[in-house]
Amino acid sequence: MKAMLTGLLQWTDARFPLTKLWNEHLARYYAPKNFNLWYYFGSLALVMLVIQIFSGIWLTMFYKPSAEEAFASVEYIMREVPMGWFIRYMHTTGASFFFLVVYLHMFRGMMYGSYKNPRELIWIIGMLIYLCMMVEGFFGYLLPWGQMSYWGAQVIISLFGALPFGLGEPLTLWIRGDYVVADATLNRFFALHVAAVPLALLALIGAHIMALHEVGSNNPDGIEIKKDKDASGVPRDGIPFHPYYTVKDIWGLAICLILFAGVLFFAPTFFGYFIEKPNFVPANPLKTPEHIAPVWYFTPYYAILRAIPDKLTGVIAMFASVLIFFFLPWLDRHPIKSIRYRGTLFRLLLGTFVITFIVLGYLGTQAPTPAKSELGFRLGELYFAFFLILWLYSKERTQSFNYTVLGIVAVLLIFFDAIRFDSENGALMLVSSLLVIGYFVVFVLGSMYTRLNQPKPVPERVT
Amino acid sequence: MNRIIAAIVLGLLPLATLGAGGGVTPMSANNNLEDNTSLQRGAKVFVNFCMGCHSMGYMRYSRMADDIGLERDLVAQHLMFTTEKIGDPMKIAMRVDDASGWFGVAPPDLSVIARARGVDWLYTYLTTFYADPDPARPFGVNNVMFPDVGMPHVLWPLQGVQSYIKAERPANTVSEQVVRIESDESGFALSTSVTTKDGETAHVTDRLEVTVPGSMTPAEYRKTVRDLVNFLDYAGEPVKLLRFQIGFWALLLLAVFAVAARLLYKEYWRDVH
Repeated sequence: MKAMLTGLLQWTDARFPLTKLWNEHLARYYAPKNFNLWYYFGSLALVMLVIQIFSGIWLTMFYKPSAEEAFASVEYIMREVPMGWFIRYMHTTGASFFFLVVYLHMFRGMMYGSYKNPRELIWIIGMLIYLCMMVEGFFGYLLPWGQMSYWGAQVIISLFGALPFGLGEPLTLWIRGDYVVADATLNRFFALHVAAVPLALLALIGAHIMALHEVGSNNPDGIEIKKDKDASGVPRDGIPFHPYYTVKDIWGLAICLILFAGVLFFAPTFFGYFIEKPNFVPANPLKTPEHIAPVWYFTPYYAILRAIPDKLTGVIAMFASVLIFFFLPWLDRHPIKSIRYRGTLFRLLLGTFVITFIVLGYLGTQAPTPAKSELGFRLGELYFAFFLILWLYSKERTQSFNYTVLGIVAVLLIFFDAIRFDSENGALMLVSSLLVIGYFVVFVLGSMYTRLNQPKPVPERVT
Repeated sequence: MNRIIAAIVLGLLPLATLGAGGGVTPMSANNNLEDNTSLQRGAKVFVNFCMGCHSMGYMRYSRMADDIGLERDLVAQHLMFTTEKIGDPMKIAMRVDDASGWFGVAPPDLSVIARARGVDWLYTYLTTFYADPDPARPFGVNNVMFPDVGMPHVLWPLQGVQSYIKAERPANTVSEQVVRIESDESGFALSTSVTTKDGETAHVTDRLEVTVPGSMTPAEYRKTVRDLVNFLDYAGEPVKLLRFQIGFWALLLLAVFAVAARLLYKEYWRDVH
């Protein structure tokens, strides 16, 4: 029996690089031995993708992409298809978990400098995956054809209408295929959601993993393990991905699936965050809901869009807030990768960014009030300020350089406040500006006049 | 001219704010999906009162009968008025065109209404209709939870007619908003926040009292609405209880898997230092 299998393997290897692939990507792919909790999310994202693809295929068997039948076909899946509700909740919960896991995966990269030389391309391919996911989520959200599906799509598509030179209107018309979101829109979104974007996602994820396995994984210490190899060419701090990290990731997956099942079976709408209440009302083009909010994974960017009074500027800022991540490897050129050795101010900086992102996400779910819009605007400024400070920290800067940057920032901030000033919210603007002033005082003056930005010595070997 | 416009606008303001029901916290429905007799009573109220105008098109009579513990024969005899076939969906004969002509908007299908509105909202809505003599109100009633709603108070033969009894409030009140509703023996207490012209706010407690009695006492009526809302909750997601049951076993299975995975991981990693 064993001889037969060995024979089969040899026969295959002569025709297809099976053993070669297995070794390169699993059995002889040496990963640093010091991965911590944050390193589970890459493989978890892969599992989420598989869950989405399989649950999606089954949904496609029963779903009807037509404005007349879509809403009813979803309820048909929920009620009449055996275990249809399970498949559907798997897909809705999976979408949110996919984003959650990917956000944590990206945050890991930011903490340990995984986007830096030589992993810039991994980061960029990853960002393309993230963009594809956003597009996929946007298309998919229209399909249940509820009120929030419909009006969410209406709002997002209308953003393209802000384009100047008379390009906006024709573009929105082209995207919708009709003068309003309608059957034609639903059909094309379905095609893109189930075929086009998933194909792109699969190709990009393949490229992401190939690029990663070419340069090797980063680790919480940000040390290149390939620089220290033993006589047989194996990194001293590396262990084969299989079986070590496969068994470890299975354990991580078990915990993740417990959380996943907890949501799926006990709170599938997740208090209106994963499936919004108005989406249980069929789409009605004649009735705008009182309050339109996208799903939680888009709300930080939505908050930035809404905080800016001018529509075109808002749209530019929103797209910029997503696309700026692409430039991260060139904005942050500090030689030390890991947060462990970059000093106190960097920790504070990244922590503040996380809080900014989460509070923006909360604001995006809320109906706007003057105070909330103002806070959204200030946090939007802090959002972009984070990238500026990262760039500023990239190397030792002279005092005059720092002060010049501060001066330019001050001029810009005053300019933005001046053009949006009106007597109604003057006091609010003045108070909230303290947030931004405090931010720059801490991070720019703090790095000049304290030792808080001093890096710590990086060890030779991983810890 | 400007003064006249201003006067009209100011005069209409209290009406406008009365119409905004946004800030009301609904009462708790306290319904129990595991109570089959409550679901059965709710189904009876639903087909007798609601199904004159509202369909429940994603629900089949047979599924309902099986799920809430009713004999299919009994359902066919007592609860099916528009069809002979037990496997039919719970649809109605009223045409959408006619309905929009009669009510302004067609009464919505109620299959998933409990998921769109929430049970607490429905419970509060169905208990807080009151007589409104305003000639602009087509059916002579209004609602605390859903001001200026198009629906008549269909359940009035059970509840009777409630009157909105206003407590004394500052003479220069410009706007008011019900913030909390509580039921008691004889009706409902409506905690209302009022704003005066000087910008001061005060709290008054208005009441809803049954002034033309129906066939039920206020307590009986609240129980009936609770049954009805319970039924709507069930119909919104018939698999809800099943989902909890399967979920329990799924979590248990995954917990066992997690323990096994943990042991395997620790075993392999013993030789990593």
